[in-house]
Amino acid sequence: MSRLYPFHGGLKTVRHKTESNQQPIQRAALPRRLMVPLRQHIGAMAKPVVASGDQVLKGQMIGQADGYISAAIHAPTSGRVATVETRPVPHPSGLPDLCVVIDSDGEERWVERQPVDYRALHPSELRNILRNAGVVGLGGAAFPSAVKLNLSGHRERLETLILNGAECEPWITCDDRLMREQAAGIVAGLHVMVHLLEPREVLIGIEDDKPEAIAAMIEACAGTGYEVRPAPTRYPSGSVKQLVKLLTGKETPVEGLPIDVGVQCFNVATAYTVHRAVDHGEPVISRTVTVTGHVRQPGNFQALLGTPFAELVEQAGGYQEGVERLIMGGPMMGFALHSDEVPLTKAANCILAASAEELAPTQPVMPCIRCGACVDVCPANLLPQQLYWHARAKEFDKAQDYHLFSCIECGCCSTVCPSHIPLVQYYRYAKNEIWAQEKEKQKAELARQRHQARLERLEREKQEREAKLRQKAPARAARAESEGGGKLDIETAVARAKPHPDAANPAATRQQDA
Amino acid sequence: MRFKIVTSPHIAQNVSVGQVMRRVLYAMVPGIAALTWFFGWGILINLVIATVVALLAETVMLAVRGKPLALHLSDFSAVVTAGLLAVALPPLAPWWLTTLGILFAIVVAKHLYGGLGYNPFNPAMVGYVVLLTSFPREMSAWLIPHGLDQPHALTLLETLQAIFHSELPARFTLDALTGATPLDALRTQIGLGLTVTEIRNSPVFGMVAGQGWEWATLSFLAGGLWLVQTRTADWRIPAGMLSGLAVIATVFYLIDPQHYAPPWFHLWSGAAIFGAFFIATDPVTASATPHGRLIYGVGIGVLVYIIRGFGGYPDGVAFSVLLMNIAAPTIDLYTQPRVFGARRG
Amino acid sequence: MIAAILVLSALAGVSGLLLGFAAIRFKVEGDPIVDKIDAILPQTQCGQCGYPGCRPYAEAIAAGEADINQCPPGGENGVVALADLLGRDPKPLNAEHGAVKPKMLAVIDEQNCIGCTLCIQACPVDAILGAAKHMHTVIASECTGCELCVAPCPVDCIDMIPIAQTITTWKWTYPSVTAKAAA
Repeated sequence: MSRLYPFHGGLKTVRHKTESNQQPIQRAALPRRLMVPLRQHIGAMAKPVVASGDQVLKGQMIGQADGYISAAIHAPTSGRVATVETRPVPHPSGLPDLCVVIDSDGEERWVERQPVDYRALHPSELRNILRNAGVVGLGGAAFPSAVKLNLSGHRERLETLILNGAECEPWITCDDRLMREQAAGIVAGLHVMVHLLEPREVLIGIEDDKPEAIAAMIEACAGTGYEVRPAPTRYPSGSVKQLVKLLTGKETPVEGLPIDVGVQCFNVATAYTVHRAVDHGEPVISRTVTVTGHVRQPGNFQALLGTPFAELVEQAGGYQEGVERLIMGGPMMGFALHSDEVPLTKAANCILAASAEELAPTQPVMPCIRCGACVDVCPANLLPQQLYWHARAKEFDKAQDYHLFSCIECGCCSTVCPSHIPLVQYYRYAKNEIWAQEKEKQKAELARQRHQARLERLEREKQEREAKLRQKAPARAARAESEGGGKLDIETAVARAKPHPDAANPAATRQQDA
Repeated sequence: MRFKIVTSPHIAQNVSVGQVMRRVLYAMVPGIAALTWFFGWGILINLVIATVVALLAETVMLAVRGKPLALHLSDFSAVVTAGLLAVALPPLAPWWLTTLGILFAIVVAKHLYGGLGYNPFNPAMVGYVVLLTSFPREMSAWLIPHGLDQPHALTLLETLQAIFHSELPARFTLDALTGATPLDALRTQIGLGLTVTEIRNSPVFGMVAGQGWEWATLSFLAGGLWLVQTRTADWRIPAGMLSGLAVIATVFYLIDPQHYAPPWFHLWSGAAIFGAFFIATDPVTASATPHGRLIYGVGIGVLVYIIRGFGGYPDGVAFSVLLMNIAAPTIDLYTQPRVFGARRG
Repeated sequence: MIAAILVLSALAGVSGLLLGFAAIRFKVEGDPIVDKIDAILPQTQCGQCGYPGCRPYAEAIAAGEADINQCPPGGENGVVALADLLGRDPKPLNAEHGAVKPKMLAVIDEQNCIGCTLCIQACPVDAILGAAKHMHTVIASECTGCELCVAPCPVDCIDMIPIAQTITTWKWTYPSVTAKAAA
């Protein structure tokens, strides 16, 4: 076996994989009504291209990628657009976002699908196809894949392409099942990525608690030169930077991307959607999602995007008694949802219904005793307790001195804290505040410039008017001569022409000089 | 269906401050048992006095500061402070001495600085140093380690009398009961011009270090190793402290073996082992970075040797720990780990 | 005696030269204080401080004519930042200059606008678009929420609405709230 390069810290967490990974992926029933959010990816929200009342076909584009970092959104089934408006979406805030609501007609009529031969296409054309097919990272971050499949501006050639099948979070098994059942499709998608990126080596990282998936992938990769690298089960090995380190020994620079060290990393499910988009002409309208925890029949479902979580839970046998929290994603990094009336999105890899049995008991927060347990487990090699002090004191610049933005919010520190301090929330709070302050600074700078421009304009206009007056002065003087007493009139007129009483204010004048 | 909103992570390991503190207490049990065996009931009586006073002081201070009582009393930190200080006191220390030390530790060193997690100095050692500097005579009256089974050992009742009424049974005088500790003996006799070999022939000394003392040290070492093994204490601090002490002791021993005691004697004497595993490892007052903890430990070890060899006191663990407490924030500042992805060097 | 005087004089001379050299060599060309103050002010240009804009207020603070607690849009954080910059003690906002309000956005009721251009003239950041006898509108992204356009409107068709929180502007809250709820 090839060498692995362990990262610092990390945890052995509970696994809870067998609850959901024993049965094959089931096809989820077609919902009567789908709510398809237009923001399912990082970057700009897709621009809606349908209006209420429109008939749409399955796979028809309903939201257009808006800008470079964006991705298209498609109708998951055929039917009628009921409305385009803000609806609840899965987000920690519980706030609504713009959705296209589609009433399905039950016929599942497809748009015309056009498989393409990717070898015959120019890379930019191929990337455009992926962008228009709405391909984004399905590991949870939902970054538009077309952007990551473009090397220009970064480097000539890619060293390593990594396919991430680590799935290190407890409970989640959608990638595990997908690798077992669709290994050939994943490898087909990988071929497309390899065609675009021309990497020197292709590595597939899978945690060693998934022997069946490893076997399936090894078999599918036979003769391709792609290497499957089983990795020890240690959370968070599925985090991009940690996986890159684990498999290649390369550390992604602080505030940098893996591409900076010549590595690009995609989720296995993303590779599968690339295959569907290119070889079948199918855009991303569904995904595999694990529904597990305190439900009667946990399992994995191939479900249409826009399917309400409540219906997916229903198909997993419904809630058992005592569900307190509904989590999207895993228990380490996933966020709690306000309601189950939110739709499935591209980023949703897991719906975890949690009762007191699965959850950490809510415990009173004690003072930090600087025990250093968080330091030992931090995979970013930070000093979490130091970050905590500064975030708590709202000393954001000091928090940044301790590399706040290297924190990947994996949750290891909170998990081991004997004082039960919600460390990760402190970091999220501090990061959000810093971003907000940054935005406000930019807005203030804009206002300053516009105010400056306005003052300059007023000054210019004033001078132009005065110049005009001076031109007319001889004529007026002549007229005044004949009519008499005109001098006073001119003075009042000039005074009135002053744009702003403050222009007389010495402070304001100085300002214009500045 | 509506749900509760709580931030991630949603799972946690079953750990708590109370659990950490309780482990420290468990780890002290063998050492306390050994001390009791060799020095009599006084050890246990001191422990009881210290614990009761510590809990009372903690309760009053928490109430005054408006903190939730049940939550903070159940963290066992006051009991740990009491345990650490009580073990360091002479077995027949009068009750008021113990009380005063604990009050100073809990009220001044802990709560006036902000309570658990905020105190810059190890409370038990602050209490100890206050007593050592204020009541040197009472603090140096260590018993000669005889063993409970010896005919001339004090009974429980006699010990209580001694501690609460300062009355010794008629058959003893204080001078007959107490004697210099091995480190004290070494110190005074080297001062008198004797060689280490000569001194070590005196009956105070056992196989490696002090008679009786060496067994207590062994018991504390066992407990300490368990702390390290369960990761309750960071291995770097005891490793740093003991290696720091060993290296400097070896250097001096090699220079002049007749004037300086061998390194094994230093490691096995006084509070070196106990201090390395139980006192220096107090996380609140120690350095918090991995490298910092090594440096912090080495610093304590070196200071212990300097104070023992060249200072005014026979042992220096308490002073060394407090001195390094002062240095901890600076050590932390300069020993930050290299963040993932930061350039090396 | 003479030698001592000479030595001391020489020492004094050398030190003076060194200090003089250091003063020139290591001179700090810092931002003028007005710029630093102006950078902290929120640039709403609302005039609530009693000065015709943020920069005049910054100049007044620098000149010692105005206090640091006259800017409600800057809020308590702004006062603290100013106090920090100027080495003064923070103080509560002066209520005479208004209270802290959530960020607002001016919206013109376009049905009722008569196109009088008065609001356009009032807007300190040229964030209102329109021409005489034509409907006006506010460029939302440029509006600072200063409210200066509200008073001049003869038909009262400008409303200040609080900026709604969206998914993109939502922030994680300070944890003590949840911690207390949990305890």
